[in-house]
Amino acid sequence: MIEIDGLTKRYGDKTAVDGLSFVVEPGMVTGFLGPNGAGKSTTMRMIAGLDRPDSGTVRVNGKHYPEAAAPMSELGILLDARSVHPGLSARNNLMALARTAGIGRRRVDEVIELAGLGEVAGTRAGGFSLGMGQRLGVAAALLGQPQTVVLDEPVNGLDPDGVRWIRELLKSLAAEGRTVLVSSHLMSEMAQTATQLVVLGRGKLITEASVEDFVDHATGTGVLVRTPETVRLGQLLAAPGITVINDGTDLLRVSGTTAEQIGAAAWRAHLPIYELTPTHASLEEAFMQVTKDSIEYHAGATS
Amino acid sequence: MSAATETRPVSTHGTPAPATVAGPVTQVRVVRAEWTKLQALRSTRWCALAAALLIVGLGAAIAGSGTPYHVSPGNTAASGVSVALIGVLFAQLVIGVVGVLAFSGEYGTGMIRATLAVVPSRLPVLWAKAIVLVGLVLPVTMLCAFGDFFAAAAIESSRGGSVLSLTDPGVLRTVAGSSLYLTVVVITGLALGALLRKTAAGLSVFAAVFFVIPVSVGALPQNIRGFAPYLPSNAGGALWGSPLGSGHVLSPWTGFACLCGYAIVLTVLAAWQLRRRDA
Repeated sequence: MIEIDGLTKRYGDKTAVDGLSFVVEPGMVTGFLGPNGAGKSTTMRMIAGLDRPDSGTVRVNGKHYPEAAAPMSELGILLDARSVHPGLSARNNLMALARTAGIGRRRVDEVIELAGLGEVAGTRAGGFSLGMGQRLGVAAALLGQPQTVVLDEPVNGLDPDGVRWIRELLKSLAAEGRTVLVSSHLMSEMAQTATQLVVLGRGKLITEASVEDFVDHATGTGVLVRTPETVRLGQLLAAPGITVINDGTDLLRVSGTTAEQIGAAAWRAHLPIYELTPTHASLEEAFMQVTKDSIEYHAGATS
Repeated sequence: MSAATETRPVSTHGTPAPATVAGPVTQVRVVRAEWTKLQALRSTRWCALAAALLIVGLGAAIAGSGTPYHVSPGNTAASGVSVALIGVLFAQLVIGVVGVLAFSGEYGTGMIRATLAVVPSRLPVLWAKAIVLVGLVLPVTMLCAFGDFFAAAAIESSRGGSVLSLTDPGVLRTVAGSSLYLTVVVITGLALGALLRKTAAGLSVFAAVFFVIPVSVGALPQNIRGFAPYLPSNAGGALWGSPLGSGHVLSPWTGFACLCGYAIVLTVLAAWQLRRRDA
């Protein structure tokens, strides 16, 4: 479990993380979303005790991580930037980390196999491709069989096979009762892997919700109704919590109620319905909606 | 059959922690980890080889050229041995590189984040690096220094020079002292690397302090040259009669203590910064 409370981090006069509070529960995969510069990586670095918060606290499995007796059993982390020594082989990079916790050669070989690095274990990590480097980083994070796993952009640079590997891996870690926090820019990937979401924008928490709720609350999720009687149906459906939008055609976008209820109401009032389609926003659409005000770097028009 | 319904756990907080293989971090384990890195890096082997060649090779070359060394009232056996150890002045740059790189190399590659993430209390990493560097540099340079002494002594006597012996006054101190000197130098490099984090910065400061300043200080007027004996290389050089120190003002062990003092101050600063700064 990761408990973050009132976390703030400034670099000079820039506030990277601003009064952030959220909890990551064990036993499920939590997606960590936010536009570039939202403070995800900074938050992850503070979870691992690499950066010191200006205020607020981070607790990993109920403890202040830098004081953990057996850190590698508590937390395994993959950071966005590469953190391996290019002059050491994959195996020696892992051995050096493993030795700090008395982890033996057998476990090192196990994670090497798990990460699909068997053939290059003796090769210097400096020559690794981005994808190989990511696999090595993930192997390092899993080395101590930690209770909590934090991965920043793990699928970055991975081939489709690697992407599927990460997906299955994250799910199995969660199924073992571990806490899994993972950031990704690939919304479709996140939608398939995560069940819970933490969304950041400009260092602040935008929302903390299940993937289902997050998508349901996005506009675009609702029911599309085609009827010649748009005005009468609109009046009929009007109620608190229900919004009906008509763009002047014979289409109504209704949110806050179900297709069944709309169909039944139309039937009772003898209104013809030509089409009744439940629609779902994608996670990506939902994400764009909630973060549109907090995107740090807009793609500017080229002058 | 029981009619009671099973209570389903509402949260996973109460479940036992998942299996783990990781034990507690201990200083001994961190030392093993640092040794794993140091012995596997090619740069370590090249630097050890270069230091050995510089110390023994230069010493043998000097002993085999020029007029053979004769012990006389103005030329002690110890100062003859100091001259044969001149390679130490060059080897110290190589040793300094090893020291600086031990930390700056990890900052440069990003490995430091992995290292400090698994040892979040941080200080054991600094102590472990210091221990493995001493464990490498002390035996290697001790071997080189004695090898150099025996080679130079054999060459001198074969060319008709004085027979130099380890039992002559100050000779043992000079030979062993050159190795102790290099051992403190590697710690100084380590502390500089940890403090400055950038390899280029660490090496520049190291080279300035151990080479440039000691050499150029001779160009300063006499009256403002008083600090020269207290420069780290001159103070430490007093222990082994460094040919660069030109008439050592400090006694051998006082000078060495002075060098150790610099190394300790830098290491304490490095420890404080390592704890305090973001990785």
